[in-house]
Amino acid sequence: MWRLPSDLKRQGILGMNRRNVAYISRYNSRAKYPLVDNKLKTKLLAEKFHLATPRLRGVIGYQYEIASFQKTVEQLDGFAIKPAKGAGGKGILVVTDRQGDRFVKASGDTIDTHHIKRHLSNILSGLYSLAGAPDVAIIEDLIRPIEMFEALSYEGVPDIRIIVFRGYPVMAMLRLSTQASDGKANLHKGAVGVGLDIATGHSLHAVQYAKRVTHHPDTNTPLDTIAIPDWRTLLVLAASNFELTGLGYIGADLVVDRDRGPMLLELNARPGLSIQVANGAGLLPRLQIIEQLDPDFSPSAEERVDFSMATFGTELH
Amino acid sequence: MKIKPFYLVVAILILSGLALAWVRHTHLHIPFWPGQTKPVWLIEARIDFVAQGKPVMVSLDLPEDPPGFRQVSEQAASPGYGFATVDAPGGRRGEWTRRHAAGGQTLYYKVQMVPDPTGGMNHVPASPPEAAAIYWDELQFTAAQQLLDQAHDRSSTPISFARELIRQLGASDPDQNASLLLTDYPLPTLLMRLLNHAGIPARLSLGLELEDARRYQPLKPVLEIFDAPHWVPIDHRTGVHGLPDNLLLWHRGGHSMMDVTGGSRSEIRFSMIRQTMPAMDLARLQFDEGGLSRMSLYHLPIEEQSVFKLLLLLPVGALVVTFMRLIVGVRTAGTFMPILIALAFLQTSLIRGLIAFVGIVSMGLVLRGYLSRLNLLMVARISTLIVLVIFLTSMVSVLGYELGFNVGLTVTFFPMVIIAWTIERMSILWEEEGSREVLAQGFGSLSVALVAYLFMRTGVVGHLTFNFPEVHLVLLALILVIGQYTGYKLTELKRFGVMEGRK
Repeated sequence: MWRLPSDLKRQGILGMNRRNVAYISRYNSRAKYPLVDNKLKTKLLAEKFHLATPRLRGVIGYQYEIASFQKTVEQLDGFAIKPAKGAGGKGILVVTDRQGDRFVKASGDTIDTHHIKRHLSNILSGLYSLAGAPDVAIIEDLIRPIEMFEALSYEGVPDIRIIVFRGYPVMAMLRLSTQASDGKANLHKGAVGVGLDIATGHSLHAVQYAKRVTHHPDTNTPLDTIAIPDWRTLLVLAASNFELTGLGYIGADLVVDRDRGPMLLELNARPGLSIQVANGAGLLPRLQIIEQLDPDFSPSAEERVDFSMATFGTELH
Repeated sequence: MKIKPFYLVVAILILSGLALAWVRHTHLHIPFWPGQTKPVWLIEARIDFVAQGKPVMVSLDLPEDPPGFRQVSEQAASPGYGFATVDAPGGRRGEWTRRHAAGGQTLYYKVQMVPDPTGGMNHVPASPPEAAAIYWDELQFTAAQQLLDQAHDRSSTPISFARELIRQLGASDPDQNASLLLTDYPLPTLLMRLLNHAGIPARLSLGLELEDARRYQPLKPVLEIFDAPHWVPIDHRTGVHGLPDNLLLWHRGGHSMMDVTGGSRSEIRFSMIRQTMPAMDLARLQFDEGGLSRMSLYHLPIEEQSVFKLLLLLPVGALVVTFMRLIVGVRTAGTFMPILIALAFLQTSLIRGLIAFVGIVSMGLVLRGYLSRLNLLMVARISTLIVLVIFLTSMVSVLGYELGFNVGLTVTFFPMVIIAWTIERMSILWEEEGSREVLAQGFGSLSVALVAYLFMRTGVVGHLTFNFPEVHLVLLALILVIGQYTGYKLTELKRFGVMEGRK
């Protein structure tokens, strides 16, 4: 289990200290953090740059606006309510369907309007935001995952985390929620991480709780034959976030919608390191390749994706 | 290139910290280790005389910078007498005065001396003394001249000259000249006269041989010759020069040893004992000297001193936390919460502190579980928790006291607001990440607190941080260096250890 530091170094594993000093604090300017920490700002910016993201249906910024929420969702069967500054998936309410006056949650439970209004009120008062700061609630379209993903996940929608360094996608993984992770896509809670080949979008390696798995623990779907459709579009979408935010080291969370295709869900300025475990490979060699590129040369997102696909593909598959 | 000035700053911090500490150690004699003791001679001079019913003044020559010793304290005890020390031209003197006294009188003077090889060495006479003029009768003159001539031939320096004279005079069968002179003068006086006659400044001082638990010791004459730039004592029996270990030179040249006006039959005797004293106390006795000692926390009022004693331990805790989080990779609830817990442990003792802390936090977590159902706003929620925590601690205290444990009373040392925040964080963590993470972070916090506590409790650490505040520069440098560490954390070796190495 325990390994020598020299072993990890040879494998190019990026450690927490190094990530913070050499990448996050060097390439991510503090002033730009609010762009990614506030989902509403990310969303508005993404729309401005014509990046696909779940359509924004309404923003509720004040308690008195809560009464009008029903008008906002009149036309929608399913929708998601999110706190703009929520972290770790907290405070997200997903409505998948209606039953008369009641709303059906992702888990299958039904709730009434009153419940949703109270949830909105909690979001506004900062119950889910970091340090309890007052917040706004976002209402957006429900994501309906493609069938292939539906079979892969327990409850939640699988998302794809791509590390984008100076605009180049360097590593990717598919995150599948499980019963253990309570429908959330966080690896340390027990979600399954599937490393993806940057060149092809095919799965490489799957882990749960940092142990290798071959099948999804709940749905029993084999995990070694996954091939993400529209892979290049996904990578371009992720790479475009560099122009969007100006942040040099980010984690982009993407989903693939049944109707609208690849979409940007949210961005993270301090992406975790578990992606290395899911890929069975270290980030450092790839980051160093990008660092050696001439910073004055600024290719388009497509060109960067081509470079990454040619450089970071895994031959093993 | 960017790194270089940084390490220069670190080096400067470390060096200046150590250098300042060294200066403080050598100049103020503050020991590096706590509990160190040093031998101290407590010498008591007792003066007896019979007063004649008139105004009385007794003037005693006091030791001033005696070589090989350092004076720590002095004290004069004599009922009815006024006492003052005066810096007379011939040296420091103690003066007892009384308007009217009759009959037997006893005066005491006590002084504490620490053996110190460097003591008195800076004491250099302002101008080199000159040999005193000596008068002999004719017979003595001839004898002395012959003795000196012989000694002169067989020596090269003042000291070897003196040694040669001592050899001649101290021989078991001294020659004619020597025997003649020895019948007229005692040996020390004779040597003094002969040396001065030869143009070598020499004097008879009075010294005290220190031996534990001796009483009524007289002063003994000690021959000193001037060997620039110091006066050097020479044993008048063996000719060995230099100061014997246990010889305290009390009266060196100058005026009389003791003058008594308005009294008669005066007599001075010395008693002495050897004590051991904590080196720290000794150092503190001399703190009023100014200079670097001004920069000592001992000049603050006692209350502030005890506050600083705790405050100055905080950087040690900060260093431990920095190390444990950045290099070991322990997860803690709240970055510096462990230091505050460790500080509380310092005042409660470990086991009691642990019981009280774990008890209150777990009770708080149960209550917080109910609070989360109330959907309170955060500030109100934490305020509620603070009130509840204070309730809990007072309940624990009262219950504990009634049941006869004083565990309860010590919980008051815990920072209430910090505990409330800890409960809040733990509870959020529980909801978000599950009980595993709560246990991991709780255990992490407690173990970091424990390590910090063990460090802070160590006598050496407390001693160094308080008496040598400059060691904090070294701590600062260490923290800066750890801040530059970009290698793997210890826990990451396990976290990424699951990845099989690829060829």
